[in-house]
Amino acid sequence: MSAPSAAPAAPDRGRGSPRRIAVYLAGRLLGAAASMAAVTVTAFFLFRVLPGDPVRTMTQGRAVTEAQLDELRRQYGLDKPLGEQFLDYCSGLLRLDLGVSYQYRAPVTELIAERLWPTVLLAGTGTLLAAVLGLWLGTRAAWRRGRVVDQVNTGLALTLWSVPTFWLGLLLIVVFAGTGGFPTGGMATPGVRGPAAALDVAHHMVLPVATMVAVVYAQYLMIMRSSLLTEMGSDYLVTARAKGLRDALVLRRHAVPNALLPTVTLVFLNLGQVVAGAILVETVFSWPGLGQLFYQGLRLPDLPLVQGLFVFFSAGVILMNLLADLVYPLLDPRVRV
Amino acid sequence: MNHLETRGLTVAYRAGGREVPAVRGVDLAIPPGGTLGLAGESGCGKSTVALAVLRLLPATARVGGSVLLAGEDVLTMAWGRLRAVRWAGASIVFQGAMHSLNAVRRVGDQIAEPVLLHESAETPASAARRAADLLERVGLPPRTAAAYPHELSGGQRQRVMIAMALACGPRLVIADEPTTALDVMVQAQILRLLKDLVARNGIAMMMISHDLSVLADACDRLAVMYAGRIVEEGPARQVFADARHPYAAALGAAFPVVGDPASRYAPRGLAGDPPDPAGSGTGCSFRPRCAVAEDRCAYVDPALWRAGPDRSAACVRVLPSEEVL
Repeated sequence: MSAPSAAPAAPDRGRGSPRRIAVYLAGRLLGAAASMAAVTVTAFFLFRVLPGDPVRTMTQGRAVTEAQLDELRRQYGLDKPLGEQFLDYCSGLLRLDLGVSYQYRAPVTELIAERLWPTVLLAGTGTLLAAVLGLWLGTRAAWRRGRVVDQVNTGLALTLWSVPTFWLGLLLIVVFAGTGGFPTGGMATPGVRGPAAALDVAHHMVLPVATMVAVVYAQYLMIMRSSLLTEMGSDYLVTARAKGLRDALVLRRHAVPNALLPTVTLVFLNLGQVVAGAILVETVFSWPGLGQLFYQGLRLPDLPLVQGLFVFFSAGVILMNLLADLVYPLLDPRVRV
Repeated sequence: MNHLETRGLTVAYRAGGREVPAVRGVDLAIPPGGTLGLAGESGCGKSTVALAVLRLLPATARVGGSVLLAGEDVLTMAWGRLRAVRWAGASIVFQGAMHSLNAVRRVGDQIAEPVLLHESAETPASAARRAADLLERVGLPPRTAAAYPHELSGGQRQRVMIAMALACGPRLVIADEPTTALDVMVQAQILRLLKDLVARNGIAMMMISHDLSVLADACDRLAVMYAGRIVEEGPARQVFADARHPYAAALGAAFPVVGDPASRYAPRGLAGDPPDPAGSGTGCSFRPRCAVAEDRCAYVDPALWRAGPDRSAACVRVLPSEEVL
């Protein structure tokens, strides 16, 4: 019989070696770059096939001569052949120049930079709160499966999930416009300065964030609940109980970390959409963010603005997917390279 | 005092509004340092007995009788006392260590976990040293502690499981099919390891398996279960070689003797399936599958009866004829 001391795979060879990690990273980065290239091309041609003449929309309602229209076309480079326009657009992108907005007469990058922070603040807070709330309630629902806690939580979450965002937002506005308590629009009260300004913004955030969280936390709850229920039948939890761990520790130390794994991808996917913001929530609560900007760009249509935002939103999703790919192996040793 | 003693242990699972008995009155006793093999086919209730010893059954199970661990009844213990007894008083080597270990935690941490839990004097560093020592005792290099379960082979994982079971120096180890998922060579290694460790440390052991030859090799005494009851009990060699109960005999014969052409050309199995635990009938529960059933088996449900010095069997054929009826 052979010696019983067969060693596990040495950690310095194969799995986890710098070379394999480099190959993994390069693969993920290449993938992200390819997605980004595809998005770039799509953004350009997608908005070129939209019906309507941007120059005519810009000048709608005003008396303009054909010569003036031509002049505008020349100004925005719309008189050039499509191929040349595409090359201009690509070289602009490389210089982080997304063109000039028709309606704001300002560089799109500037507009985005101006509106980015409000959106990240609102949608980021909303997504994180929704994730924490949903994962926590999902854990409780699974632990008390079939009991009142579970039924009430699951029922409430699914009801809110099926409510349209704008409807819930309008409802809150109607309620709070009458009773006061929380501001129903905008991001800040004009004239408030210093430390009070932060509190003022937080005050303005309450209703839009509440609307966002109420509508989306159900997906975290449902995923965590089903993931934990799957884990709860597992043998390693019997082992943990046999070791003498309290039920709460069995849950916290063994079941929850395993059950959280599938939710990581979801959290990152939603974080990727944070920059896209909550278009509906921002519009309903007149929040000066990217979502509202996109809505305004679509109405015209303001080609450079919509196209620039499209590229920017996609970049956010691609970046977060890349991060998820990089973080997941740190959490789950089974997929480690 | 016996390390483990069950008296009239019954377990019934609630399923669809009715109770299905899984264990129907089991009496077992393991003296200090003793080893008992519990044999039976799938569904006979042997794993349920193992889980009942540490009260690990799901909430749908109703347990009756008593389980005495070093004289203390596990079934009536307070929760705090029960948690203290778990692993420190009796530990379990589960079958299929792939799923019985947490996949996302290092095995060293999993071995150290009960040490830190039960021994307040231990620090994380000393518990880690203890884990490394334990790994060496089961024939694994100490650096295995840094590995995750999926990085180990089946045999290595089972060694980790054994190291974990020994972590708190229990006086009883329950090995629930410890070698089922392993290939034959590794099976033999693991069995020898378990046998050595148990003998060297004077630990009492209950080993559960469907393989009578494995149990006969590793244990002093053997108990054979059928349909939730013990049908034969006695010294391991005698039960294996010369079973009195027809079921125990069939179970022993189900594994061919290696190198024996006779058993190779005439494999003996057992036709039929174990009875539906929910069904109730009169007479001996083994009668429908029994090759030597008699008329009286239809109405006599025999209890364990003395079947020789130091052994017993639940079959009418070992009863003195005047005792029937």
